[in-house]
Amino acid sequence: MTHLLTLEDLGDSGIAEILRITDRFVEVGERAIPRVPALRGKTVATCFFEDSTRTRMSFEAAAKRLSADVLNFAAGSSSLSKGESLRDTIETVQAMGVDAFIVRHRSSGVPLQVTNWVDEGVSVINAGDGWHSHPTQGLLDAYTLCERIHGSAGENPSLDGLHIGLVGDIRHSRVARSDVVAFTSLGATVTVAAPPTLLPACVREWPVTVSHDLDAVLPTLDVVGLLRVQQERMDDALIPSIHDYVQGYGITAERAELIRGDALITHPGPVVRGIEVVASVLDSHPNVLVTRQVTNGVAVRMAVLFWLLGSGVDIT
Amino acid sequence: MADRERRMTPPYGGVFVARSTVLDAAQVQRALTRVSHEIIERNHGLDDVVVVALQTGGVEVAERIVQLLFEIDGVDVPMGTLDVALYRDDIGLRPVMPEAATEIPVDLSGKVVVLVDDVLFTGRTIRAALDALTDFGRPRAVQLAVVIDRGHRELPIRPDFVGKNLPTRRDEVVDVNPEGVLLGEMRK
Repeated sequence: MTHLLTLEDLGDSGIAEILRITDRFVEVGERAIPRVPALRGKTVATCFFEDSTRTRMSFEAAAKRLSADVLNFAAGSSSLSKGESLRDTIETVQAMGVDAFIVRHRSSGVPLQVTNWVDEGVSVINAGDGWHSHPTQGLLDAYTLCERIHGSAGENPSLDGLHIGLVGDIRHSRVARSDVVAFTSLGATVTVAAPPTLLPACVREWPVTVSHDLDAVLPTLDVVGLLRVQQERMDDALIPSIHDYVQGYGITAERAELIRGDALITHPGPVVRGIEVVASVLDSHPNVLVTRQVTNGVAVRMAVLFWLLGSGVDIT
Repeated sequence: MADRERRMTPPYGGVFVARSTVLDAAQVQRALTRVSHEIIERNHGLDDVVVVALQTGGVEVAERIVQLLFEIDGVDVPMGTLDVALYRDDIGLRPVMPEAATEIPVDLSGKVVVLVDDVLFTGRTIRAALDALTDFGRPRAVQLAVVIDRGHRELPIRPDFVGKNLPTRRDEVVDVNPEGVLLGEMRK
């Protein structure tokens, strides 16, 4: 496999292998000199056609810690605004000599399209496409839970027996889709809780339980996975108002009481305080894993980059 | 030889077939006892000595050396492990995965590091290990202890402590395990 487009492509064994080697890269990140020469001479281009802070910087940090060179491309300040096509842009960057493209786009399927344009042997890594998939986020969320529960991913990464709830805007969330694949692949049970309008039609085909009653679900959860309400993707009036959403699905101070004391709370970021979750819960609950997710994100992306560009091992 | 190296040695994933026994368990133990004495003698004791095992073949050997050093001199020498996969010079030329833990328990600056591996062959693993060590401090000295030196060096690297020098053909495989040292080859 040359590309990482979705976690379905990776399969159960591939997901487990990435998490397994992530342990090694977490250790590298904790060193006084968090840098190894593994990908010296390789060049990675981050092509983000949609805004991002953490994912782009996380991939950049990951590539640099592996000693790869990084070319950054941000759509806002590029020749796209002069009318250059996506394909020409990719081919131009490739002409500079690139071993991997890390692509984010607001439309689903763009990374797959890019694989048709790159040369043989050049990798494409999906850093989030539309509502479709965000594989490294799914991997880092799964890794962070494994790490918190077992201390590390270990030889046989597992989330067996865990009940994980994904709360919020499931419909527009590529993170939810990748999380569901990663969590269920590792043996967890997943419940999605959202207003009917914020669920995709295809949710019936997902290996999840659907609930519209968050208050009933919360006390049963081992992990509360919050998702951002993606107002920028809401073309129609899917929710009456933000106030209504907070009433039904926001983690308010009262609702936070329903979360078990030992439950873990995750959020892929960016957090919009006061909508998905009130600031007091985020800042004071002992099991909020948000910053750990960010730290592990770099290690997971090192694992993905090394696997695709260095290992020469087919793990799928 | 560790499972990982078995999988990574051409023909990848072959089966090791032993042809002869080079050392039995008792002979390995005697060799390691001598090596342990030599480590103490060379360093005038064990002050500042840290044993660093190369993953994965060197770990079991290093544990035994640390045990022997304790029995001989009463000093509990700190031991670490090092996986050099991410420092190898053949990344992209053969399958490499960082599969074993790197754990260096102390800052290596000013220490005498005794690297331990089971077999010394081309020297490329040791080259990678020397590179990796610099990320954990600046040791006062680095020494190398191996159970078997099988020759065929491709780099100017030599061991300080050797269990046994064993002339081999390039395509042969040396397997160090708790029961002894075997010489054989990989078969599909």
